[in-house]
Amino acid sequence: MDVTVLIVKGIIILVIFGITLLIATYSTYAERKVAAFLQDRIGPNRAGPWGLLQPIADAGKMFFKEDFIPSQASKWLFILGPCLAMLTALMSSAVIPFGDSIRFAWNKVNYDVAVQGIEINIGVLYIFGVVSLGVYGVMVGGWASNNKFSLLGAIRAASQNISYEIALGLSLIAILMMTGSLSVRSIVNEQASFFEWNIFTQPLGFIIFLTCSFAECNRTPFDLPECETELVGGYHTEYSSMKLGFYLFAEYINMFVSSAFISALYFGGFHYPFMNEVSGLLEKSLGVVAGHNVATALTVVVFFAKIFFFIFFFMWVRWTLPRFRYDQLMNLGWKTFIPLAILNVVVTGAGLLYNFKYSSWLIAIVMIVLAVTSIARTPKREPIPQKI
Amino acid sequence: MTETLNFFKTLTGTGYLFLGLTTVTLFCAIGVVTARNPIYSVLALIATFFCLSGHYILLNAQFLAAVNIIVYAGAIMVLFLFTIMFLNLRKEDEESKTNLTKMASVVVGGLLMVMLITIFRAKSAQVPTVSPNSPFDSRTGLVEQLGNLLYSDYILPFELASVLFLVAMVGAVMLGKREAGDRHF
Repeated sequence: MDVTVLIVKGIIILVIFGITLLIATYSTYAERKVAAFLQDRIGPNRAGPWGLLQPIADAGKMFFKEDFIPSQASKWLFILGPCLAMLTALMSSAVIPFGDSIRFAWNKVNYDVAVQGIEINIGVLYIFGVVSLGVYGVMVGGWASNNKFSLLGAIRAASQNISYEIALGLSLIAILMMTGSLSVRSIVNEQASFFEWNIFTQPLGFIIFLTCSFAECNRTPFDLPECETELVGGYHTEYSSMKLGFYLFAEYINMFVSSAFISALYFGGFHYPFMNEVSGLLEKSLGVVAGHNVATALTVVVFFAKIFFFIFFFMWVRWTLPRFRYDQLMNLGWKTFIPLAILNVVVTGAGLLYNFKYSSWLIAIVMIVLAVTSIARTPKREPIPQKI
Repeated sequence: MTETLNFFKTLTGTGYLFLGLTTVTLFCAIGVVTARNPIYSVLALIATFFCLSGHYILLNAQFLAAVNIIVYAGAIMVLFLFTIMFLNLRKEDEESKTNLTKMASVVVGGLLMVMLITIFRAKSAQVPTVSPNSPFDSRTGLVEQLGNLLYSDYILPFELASVLFLVAMVGAVMLGKREAGDRHF
């Protein structure tokens, strides 16, 4: 029996691994298509139908390029950098609950295996541990290149990641207080009914988390570590061939994983409205085992739909907003998000004392009122008369 | 020889894990001291922290393992690496290894060793015994238990430690603050 559970778990882990890589691969294609759409172009359309083979062609190109290691670079660390970036990016998908559970019958007993790599009771802390390690790939690679621009890029990336990690953690603490558990699956299960999704109970925490995850993924408007105008190529200036490919690929994996976490923590994970009714109907019509598995497949589909929406959102923002200046980025992180996140924790805690879950809206409403009044109080600029 | 073989035969899977982890830990820790380049030294220290987290997991202390990684490997060592990277931009300086520093390090190391031996001898006199009346609790070391203990039995030391951190933070901000008239860089 244990062996069967192990085999099912092993298959799930392999499938998650494969899907992560597949989605990261096609994110590069999607990014170019979305960019083309937003800029009124066509985008890649030569390799295969609709350019669908473009990522594979890109990967082939990457592999066949010359793998160059600068002579003054520290060789092993130069190789270790992209490996670390890839490793930490792939590790974090282990604790995401992708769906309900797979049921199979064994000796007339039904066993449920959760669609999740591993279920540990410190899931959220595990994510933090892996996220905080992500910066090593960038730092080690940047330093080992023995190039000033790489080093500056690496140091920017490190300070940005450290700064935004704090606000990221603090915004999550409000959710942990409401759930009373560190396990991602129990956080997801807490959001079973639609109006208890954390986006409705924690709107401010969601905005902070979303922005911080942009910063953690080094995506525009926070892509200062690879700011071309100031730093040539940032921390991967000296990299070529598939080592560069790994760095770029790790960014897309990070994007996928953070989209998954945003949907799991704030958008109900694999839950959708009327989920219990649907699964009840399915189990009645298809039998307990098959019906349950079909219902699980539905939850997985719903979860991936949410993930794809957020991946699209990441790209949408990238091609819409310009980059911040570095001091603006630091001010936003330390002087705006961290105090706001602490305030959010305090207000949520006060609300929970009286069993009121939606107290975070108080801050949101006050902020909206302040913003509206400050806009209303700014003196209107006289329209410049048009000379004819 | 046969004794060692028998010892290895009696070990369980956990025992082998422990032995392997301990070997790796020791090698990494030696690497911290012997590495010529400070960057390699820091990386070896990070590896040591990972092995220590492995030991915590073997002791069923998942929370401690995760926090060890987050705080030490994820935050403190990043700052170390940061500083060393900036230092390393200049030429290698060997001037810090004068005779005086060597003497001082020998004295400090010797004192630490004496202290460790004393503690070890005092502790080994009273080996904790597992009584069969108190069964093994698989929840020991998990977050809930730890939180309950910290906020009930150990509330005073816990709060004092957090005040200490706050004081250190305020002090760091005060030291790092730019005074009026200072140069920007």
